[in-house]
Amino acid sequence: MTAGEPLHVRVREIEELAPSLKRFSFEPAHGGQFPTPPAGGHVMLTLRDGARVMKNAYSLVTPPTERTRYDIIVRLVAQSRGGSSFLHRSVVPGDVLEMANPISLFSLAATARKHLLVGGGIGITPLLSFLPELKARGARFELHQLATGEEAPVFERLLAPYAAAEEIRVHSGGRAAFDLAGLLARQPLGTHLYVCGPHSLMDAVTGTAAGLGWPKGKIHKESFGGDVSGLPFRAVLKKSGIEVEVGETQSLLEAIEAAGVAAPCLCRGGACGECATPVIEGEADHRDDFLSAEEKASGKLIMTCVSRARGPRLVLDL
Amino acid sequence: MTLQFKPAETFRDTFTYRKSPEDILRFPFPFPEDEYMYSVNIEPHVRGGPTAAFRATFDIDEHYIAECRERERVLKEDPKRCQVLPHMMAAEWDTLELIMESMAADYPEHFSLAKAGDLWTWVNRPLGIQQSFTFGKVETLPCPPFEYITRQAQGDFTLQDQRDDNLYVDGGMVTTQADWSLEFDIGMSFHEWHGPVPLAHEKGVFDRALKYLLRLQYGQPVRRLNWTMTINPRLDTSPENYPVWGPDKASVTPENVAEKAHLRVELQTLFRLPRSGAILFGIRCYLTSVADIAKVPKWRRRLHRVLRDLHPDIASYKGLPRFRPMVLDYLAPLDDGAPTSKGIAPDTDVLGG
Repeated sequence: MTAGEPLHVRVREIEELAPSLKRFSFEPAHGGQFPTPPAGGHVMLTLRDGARVMKNAYSLVTPPTERTRYDIIVRLVAQSRGGSSFLHRSVVPGDVLEMANPISLFSLAATARKHLLVGGGIGITPLLSFLPELKARGARFELHQLATGEEAPVFERLLAPYAAAEEIRVHSGGRAAFDLAGLLARQPLGTHLYVCGPHSLMDAVTGTAAGLGWPKGKIHKESFGGDVSGLPFRAVLKKSGIEVEVGETQSLLEAIEAAGVAAPCLCRGGACGECATPVIEGEADHRDDFLSAEEKASGKLIMTCVSRARGPRLVLDL
Repeated sequence: MTLQFKPAETFRDTFTYRKSPEDILRFPFPFPEDEYMYSVNIEPHVRGGPTAAFRATFDIDEHYIAECRERERVLKEDPKRCQVLPHMMAAEWDTLELIMESMAADYPEHFSLAKAGDLWTWVNRPLGIQQSFTFGKVETLPCPPFEYITRQAQGDFTLQDQRDDNLYVDGGMVTTQADWSLEFDIGMSFHEWHGPVPLAHEKGVFDRALKYLLRLQYGQPVRRLNWTMTINPRLDTSPENYPVWGPDKASVTPENVAEKAHLRVELQTLFRLPRSGAILFGIRCYLTSVADIAKVPKWRRRLHRVLRDLHPDIASYKGLPRFRPMVLDYLAPLDDGAPTSKGIAPDTDVLGG
């Protein structure tokens, strides 16, 4: 789905929490208020480093009651695609950036009797947005955060405001010293599990939980979505007589629209069937819910709002 | 344009409900083409559209005060028309925030919202309400937050919790419904509460619609139109009250059919909510008599063609068979066979005779 008009945000404050961790605080560049930050939500920042354009997703750590500022915490990673490094080194207070409206693919379960939160490293960020909401609901919860020695005091400080009544623990002794199986085994029925962190941690937590018989619907993993993104490719629009480049984070439909071609569309989410477009050449990477398995296999139609090319080139009858 | 509210009009017994010419032209006519079949006709709910009914996030029209009073009457007779399961409290506050902020932004002359931290003050001028309360503290409002705000909005609302890759209707305010019951449906999954709809299951409409809605994003609401027909401008056509309104169908004659038969349109909107992750479903009901529709040449031609060619299973599900021939006899001489433009816009700003 497309996110509508982006927000323009001004960097209000940058706080160094640790040598590799910075908190960026943004305010609306043109005044007014932000949309209510969704619990577990994230934003996509568009970062322009000269001619290079990067789109990076960051969890919002702002409570839902806060409408005048959006905060993110960014970790400088060695193998960064460039976005985190750019934010750490080049962005200064007063800069104006483009930010997609927040969305959430990581919500708190309404029917949970208890919430068990497990974070690893910078994966603490969506958990920080859950805590004020859990407090507001008066919900029962338990949080375990894995940290390096350098991060541990920082995380303890960030979690301190919520530590009063419930169990919040920061583990800096490494993964091996953390009794994951014991933690998951002793939870009461009706507990929901939320995990965010490196893939290896998320796989270990979800795998251990599944092995202990946790129902699938009670295990939640942080996700930034990114349904429409993939490798860039070229789309040839035969009737219009033009070719468009479809970028990594752009949908085929968006690229066609950007080229000024009025393509049919309605739901923009792969459900309604309106944007079905005949494929003349090339193979489609189908991601819609509209075409049947047989129709997808025949390769004659593509839903431009969510699907992409499997390969460098796609020729469309458009 | 300033709304001229008509607080005394009624939707039962005396049926004094009437539409001004502006109100007829802003009707969200439900047929974009001359034929009708079920589809996933969902589009982004942005401000603006083919008629004025699409201008606001939550549409208010000249019937606002009268509709709120009708809702109050229905709730007095049957309090179970508003129910929210206990786990939906975060979604209740989400709903209150969304509706108050939207109405204050879209209609500043009628509604305002002031905030000092968690202390909010809501002013509803048409209903003469001023209420200060603490956001998040149920005891500071006269009733729970979902009921409080939906008593002050037109149209029905339901709350859907998302879990186990499904949606469950776990709350609602339902007093202007087209023959379905919240008391019966509450707690049901998506396919369960759509169970009675013919044809659409086989077409996979609900499978696709559910997958789409599970991915519905915060800040990107969507809408669709649905329709049926109702005899008399009666908002509360509930199963609970069938003995009251069912016999209305027998009162239709060739002489009164144009005034009695109403096209009933639901402007349905879906919003992902921020704190709860739940979905708010708005079902805003609009009633326009066949006689009023006949004042718009495009609409009378199209309504005639749609009803004439409607699939018998759909006609039967919508309860039309008893009076459809009379509506067609009225409309047929008014359809000159001229082509109609695609889309639902009336293509005129003055009404014909």
